[in-house]
Amino acid sequence: MNLKSNSFLKNETEVPETVIEPTRGWVSLRIWELWKYRELLYFITWRDVKVRYKQAVLGVAWAIIQPLMTMVIFSLIFGKLAKLPSEGLPYPVFSYSGLLPWQLFAGTLQRGGTSLVGNANLITKVYFPRLIIPLSATAAGLVDFGISFVVLFGLMLYYGMVPSWAVLWLPLFVLFTLLTALAVGLWVSALNVQYRDVQHMIPFVVQAWMFISPVAYSAELIPEGPWRILYGVNPLTGVIQGFRWALLGGHPPDELMAVSVIMVGVLLLSGLFYFKRMEKTFADVV
Amino acid sequence: MNDMAIRVERLGKMYRIGGVRESYKTLRDSLVGVVTNSIPRLRGRQHTSCKLEIIWALKDVSFDIKRGEIVGIIGPNGAGKSSLLKILSHITEPTEGRAVIRGRVGSLLEVGTGFHPELTGRENTYLNGAILGMKKAEIDRKFDEIVAFAEVEKFIDTPIKHYSSGMYMRLAFAVAAHLELEILLVDEVLAVGDNVFQEKCLNKMGNVARSGRTVLFVSHNMAAINALCNRVILLEGGSVIKDGAASEVVPTYLNRSSTMASRRVWAEKERPGNSVVRLVSVSLRNAAGAPAEEINISENAAIEIEYEVIKEGARVMFSLVLLDANGNCVFGSLDNTEENAYYGKPLQPGRYLSVCHLYGNLLNNGRYYVSIIGASDYWTENFRADYAISFETIDDGKLKRDYWGNFGGVVRPKLCWTTTPLRGGPSANPSLGGKVNS
Repeated sequence: MNLKSNSFLKNETEVPETVIEPTRGWVSLRIWELWKYRELLYFITWRDVKVRYKQAVLGVAWAIIQPLMTMVIFSLIFGKLAKLPSEGLPYPVFSYSGLLPWQLFAGTLQRGGTSLVGNANLITKVYFPRLIIPLSATAAGLVDFGISFVVLFGLMLYYGMVPSWAVLWLPLFVLFTLLTALAVGLWVSALNVQYRDVQHMIPFVVQAWMFISPVAYSAELIPEGPWRILYGVNPLTGVIQGFRWALLGGHPPDELMAVSVIMVGVLLLSGLFYFKRMEKTFADVV
Repeated sequence: MNDMAIRVERLGKMYRIGGVRESYKTLRDSLVGVVTNSIPRLRGRQHTSCKLEIIWALKDVSFDIKRGEIVGIIGPNGAGKSSLLKILSHITEPTEGRAVIRGRVGSLLEVGTGFHPELTGRENTYLNGAILGMKKAEIDRKFDEIVAFAEVEKFIDTPIKHYSSGMYMRLAFAVAAHLELEILLVDEVLAVGDNVFQEKCLNKMGNVARSGRTVLFVSHNMAAINALCNRVILLEGGSVIKDGAASEVVPTYLNRSSTMASRRVWAEKERPGNSVVRLVSVSLRNAAGAPAEEINISENAAIEIEYEVIKEGARVMFSLVLLDANGNCVFGSLDNTEENAYYGKPLQPGRYLSVCHLYGNLLNNGRYYVSIIGASDYWTENFRADYAISFETIDDGKLKRDYWGNFGGVVRPKLCWTTTPLRGGPSANPSLGGKVNS
């Protein structure tokens, strides 16, 4: 039938050759292969986004409700009761602007951690670069991020705040947030294939991580000196600080940022290599 | 070589058993492992505590397959057939050796991979197509064709969780069937779906084969292998035992003492029997009446004995002995039942079929062997076919209900249980007690 005609065409055209061999030692990353599979990345991301709010009455509204409610609670407890300093900004805007990158990060960590195991049926049946899976878990968070971002603009309007020229840096900080999330996501997704302990650890880690990141409070509270440098080891400090500064002004990025950037670089590279090293056994172990 | 499609050179695949495959490790196991393994070393003893059990699913496998060849891969369970397909489809990595593949590889066992119940038929077609390696433009072009093939036009924008299983399968199969592949890998052992669907898969393979593509077909169905494949590779214990024409390799496989299939057909000259009657074949059928390699433990099954009466007026009788994996007798059964109208009656020469019907909820899950003992004229002239066939019983969990563990024993009959509250016993739950008593 139709298949015959296709195959005749195909047989005459170029035939790709694949060599399957055991890889030894630290394998090359083969990032170029991802480009070939970019459509698959798109489709899997699109599936994750599409499915997430299916059969939820409020649907996509959840992307706004979650950070908004958290912001209200923070504003009441940390802003009104504890009266935490907020770099001279209205506390609701201050905390909401921290929550945005935070939720992008936390969501990716949660989805990414279980992403490979959750897609075990794909991994054991079809070949594709496994990196697609944690990458799509990261990209899927961008949609929520975009939606809740609109609310941030609403808040800024309400408080009569106008972003300065620094807003041009914003895309860079969003990218930085994504890379941070991806770096951690690579590690936890690959680890979770072998050690399911990871998926039990993630909720707790996410909770603890928020309190060591300047989401509800300002990084200003951390005294100068070695402690501050140590604080920057958490890449989220640089991410949130930079994000806030680009949008709202306030405290500009400082040495914290430098430490965070280095940390992300180290995490991302090591994560990529670890992932690639484990990748070949995923189908056997998952 | 221009017409080469697959070249496999000294391919090997090693698995560590005990830890990796059966259950995933926990962090604690690894930590404990590190500690316990290092203690003997600290004490200066030989490091013997950690004995890794490794098995080679494939070892030193080499062959070349030309473009357009249809090659059957046969062998007993655990011979490495599925491992070979997994390596060739790039899902898992070989431990040693290499394989060169010319062309896009796909397999029919991937039907429906990545289907998501919440997405519509249209969305799943795109998603599934992308997963199987199609470009979006390619799916766009073939979309109408796929939908027409699957006969789901009306429901294409309905989430597939509302599809019937038939529609689901048709759509899944339609996407896979429209892939442009040069090499098709088919693992019948893993193929899901009913008989009709499997039949469709086989027909499809026939079409694919005629269209000049290369097919690797793993199967226990020797009839299908004989019909479809011009070349057969016999694997056993991870190595190639024989590679050649189907007419040579299939009999080798069936006659190997260690290879057991659920259907045994004896060649004309080798039929067990006596001067009156001779066995032609023994085979297993599942509840649906189809030939099966495996049966569900909760469903009925049948063992069919086909035989040939040579002498006029012969009185023929059969006994069936079921043995467990270790060769222990589970039970014997005679064909002298009330239902068997032909028992003890003189028969005309010709072919007959005697069937032993097995109940569901009788056997445990595991491997069983069937020996047939035949006789004529009230057990005067006996003959037997030991270990004529073997089959696997699969646990569907129905009998286990909320129990998760394994059942011991060679049989697992479904027995009746009741519970009655006793007078003077705990009557703290009057509502339950009242219900049970009434």
